[in-house]
Amino acid sequence: MSDSVLATLPGDRSPACEPLLRPGNSNCGGCGMSTAFQLLGRAVEGRPVQLVIPASCAAVAAGPFPFSALGAPAVLSTFGAAAAVATGLAQVARLNGEATRVVVWAGDGGTYDIGMASLSAAAERDEDVLYVCYDNEIYGNTGGQRSSATPAGAATTNTPRGKREQKKDILGILAAHRIPYAASVSLAHPQDALRKMRRALDARGFRFLHALAPCPTGWKSEPALGVELVRLAVRSGLYPVIEIVDGRKLVVNVEPEFSAEALELYLSLQRRFQRSGVEARDLRAAIERHWRELRSRSGRIVPAEREG
Amino acid sequence: MAVELLSANHAAALAAALAGRANRGARGFCSGVYPITPSTECMELLCNQEIEKGSVVRVESEHSAMAVCIGAAAGGARTFTTSSSNGIALMAENAVAAALLRLPVVMAAANRTLGPPWNIWADHGDTLLLRDAGWIQLYCADNQEVLDSVLFAFRLAEDRRVLLPVMVCQEAFVLSHTMAQTDVPAQEAVDRFLPPLAHPGRLTSTPRVLGGIDVPHATEVHRAQHQEAMGRVLEVYREAQDEFEAVFGRRPADPVVAYRTEDAEALVVSMGTIASTVERAVDAARARGEKLGAVRVRALRPFPGAALARLFRGVRRIAVVDRNVSLGFGGVLWGEARGEAEPGAIVQGYMIGLGGGDVRPEHVLAIAADLAARRVAGDPVLLEAGA
Repeated sequence: MSDSVLATLPGDRSPACEPLLRPGNSNCGGCGMSTAFQLLGRAVEGRPVQLVIPASCAAVAAGPFPFSALGAPAVLSTFGAAAAVATGLAQVARLNGEATRVVVWAGDGGTYDIGMASLSAAAERDEDVLYVCYDNEIYGNTGGQRSSATPAGAATTNTPRGKREQKKDILGILAAHRIPYAASVSLAHPQDALRKMRRALDARGFRFLHALAPCPTGWKSEPALGVELVRLAVRSGLYPVIEIVDGRKLVVNVEPEFSAEALELYLSLQRRFQRSGVEARDLRAAIERHWRELRSRSGRIVPAEREG
Repeated sequence: MAVELLSANHAAALAAALAGRANRGARGFCSGVYPITPSTECMELLCNQEIEKGSVVRVESEHSAMAVCIGAAAGGARTFTTSSSNGIALMAENAVAAALLRLPVVMAAANRTLGPPWNIWADHGDTLLLRDAGWIQLYCADNQEVLDSVLFAFRLAEDRRVLLPVMVCQEAFVLSHTMAQTDVPAQEAVDRFLPPLAHPGRLTSTPRVLGGIDVPHATEVHRAQHQEAMGRVLEVYREAQDEFEAVFGRRPADPVVAYRTEDAEALVVSMGTIASTVERAVDAARARGEKLGAVRVRALRPFPGAALARLFRGVRRIAVVDRNVSLGFGGVLWGEARGEAEPGAIVQGYMIGLGGGDVRPEHVLAIAADLAARRVAGDPVLLEAGA
């Protein structure tokens, strides 16, 4: 093999983290998780990172043995065990005085559902782990079944007429563990997202990031519109962009317009919402209730931007 | 060395702590633990040990206990956990993962009946769930053997020719809670016996995946490598016995332990503490002039078939006693051992002591009498030991 070919193979001195998702990965076009992953790669900026990825599209994206489309060393864990596997890695890094940042990269199934016990326990123990949930609101890797992150009204392969139950408030659940840092990031607001990712990477203890990640395959949406869909979700108030420090201090980072037009557009651009007949006005009450809770926890009765 | 009065649970915990400290010059020690009767006291004592460059994580389930070991072993640390019964069943997914990732995790298993109905007493059915999972399995007969086997297990697991997890099995209450005089070696001796762990596959800064996607031909290669590693275990086992003896002055038992088999016309084969009872029964039978011998299978995986075949040579009557039942089949050890007997030999399976029934020498003598009266082997027999 020639030196030039050898130089393309991963070696001990290759940059560990840039990009986190390399060319040749098997993700669908328009995959929101891929965008979020690349954003995290920007935030990592050469920090030593070890990834733990439970069963998910992200695990498959790594590609078949012996190849890896991941730009950082990774353990692909069993479905429900990512936070516990990350605990082991983080403990050993600590024992050896290493600066390694252990990052879990998990989907909503691995987070909201099967991984909830190990996630909650690692948060309670305040392990030195950054847990990122890319939330495509579906079991994407198995072809699109409902998870407890699937929103009410969305049709999936096992809720063909639309899911009836609301999605869990995952940030509320994590904040209730009083972890040092919990935040939601918007792919349509990359500066805010990068700032939070860097903060979460550099903080100690258990940190949690939530990223709404459009899945054109499961959402039945146009691949090119992923970032736009996230923007509509933020504008409508459906996806609050917030951060919660120590489970107490809640800050709203992006003020929504609560635009009815944005909500209608968000629903109409995804065929998953069309079979159930769910309409914007059906969701309005839940959005308003959730925002009343957020306002009360943020200590601000009215949105920040209206105060001046 | 110091002789102490220890339960097997405490013996296992002290051995794990000694092994953990012995890796302080390398990547340290990490353990994920969760309580379950009857292995709880092992994790309790471990949680009370001072272990330099060591960490014991109190997790929320056995599934996560093994997951912590997986993460820590992937990071290059020496790893240990302990469990029993339904805990092992819950742990199974990650126990399989640890083996397939070729991570040298050591687990002290206190064998307990699977439930429901709930029964906390001895039965080998829990660890036998993982018989085919790619772990080395050692079944112990006394407390000293438990302590020695945990140390021995790290040596075996971490050898570059092996790199497999090891289960050190001991029966609920019969050993787990029974105190016996146990030699606890000095740290300095354990340091000499256990070299620092340097796992060639540990995660570094190189971007590569541990446990990635396999296509069929890759899995074929990985299984073949795993099987080959199992095939090297008995050779490494012998070397480790020599090293253990040189450092500690006593020799760990062979994978198969023969007792008064030289001129035996009939053999009773078993695992774990029942084998000690069988040896007492053999003494009684010998006193009456019956040529009975005992065989204890200490290593079930890798299966020491050649050693059994040597002991079975020329023997026409063999009883295999199992403290387990593979429902719809019979005793697991019987199923495996009978293939090593000579053609025409009567190999009769007996299951006794299920759910912790107290197996006494008279039970074994009754089994020997039943075997002697048989002209052919029949279906496996499930006997009640009672109380």
